Amino acid sequence: MSKFDPALRDEIIAAIPNLRAFAISLSGSVDRADDLVQETLLRAFANIGSFRVGTNLPAWLFTILRNLFRSEYRKRRREVPDSDGAFAATLTTNPDQNSHLDFEDFRTALDKLPSDQREALVLVGASGFSYEEAADICHCAVGTIKSRVNRARKRLGELLAIDSAEDFGIDQTTRGVMIATERV
Amino acid sequence: MSGKKIMNDEQAGGRSTVDSLMTTQLPGSGSSTLGSDIQAKIGQHLRAMYDDVVRQGVPDRFMDLLSQLDSPAPKTTASRDSDGEVER
Repeated sequence: MSKFDPALRDEIIAAIPNLRAFAISLSGSVDRADDLVQETLLRAFANIGSFRVGTNLPAWLFTILRNLFRSEYRKRRREVPDSDGAFAATLTTNPDQNSHLDFEDFRTALDKLPSDQREALVLVGASGFSYEEAADICHCAVGTIKSRVNRARKRLGELLAIDSAEDFGIDQTTRGVMIATERV
Repeated sequence: MSGKKIMNDEQAGGRSTVDSLMTTQLPGSGSSTLGSDIQAKIGQHLRAMYDDVVRQGVPDRFMDLLSQLDSPAPKTTASRDSDGEVER
């Protein structure tokens, strides 16, 4: 009855929330991100035959989405990014546990990164892909991904160190404990 | 409970010695401690932002799209209704 393998279909559905989060980090706009995801799904179903069952479906979908974004990007360049930050627009839960100012600082810093570094950082640090998978998605060498992630972390560290020194001072200890607790 | 904790700390004179010892030893490693704190914060915030979108789940537009893509033959509701009438 269903045209597609139901298991494959379910796997694609399960990947949609992650695709959206990645698309938002790429495009800087929720609306454009959702259009990108829609286009990705259309492409994926149109080319489902080229997906080898048993291989990494999320990575395949992320690759399609990234390729679409890149070709679109080349065509019309990046439009003026959402000045409030795309992630800000998507915040549904109250980020009480982290101060709002903190989030603001982070978003601002993230926006200052070159897009290839931000993309690598998001894939490895948030989407949960390995360096190898991220390299496949971005069509580059593993070493390139590693250096992009390192540069992204270093740059963010520099940007946030300034903010921390100004804003938090002695609160560092408390923050350290909080972070350590969340890791457990 | 917190009051009791403070009293204990005040009573234990050795504790404050340890604290001051630690702070006097820290400056050398201070910058790397701050650096790793910030690196932990970066990871934490990145995931928090990302997960906030992930938690929104699958918007209806995508479920609708998938049902459309997956339906064997695109039929309108009207034609389905008339089919039903024929069967009766």
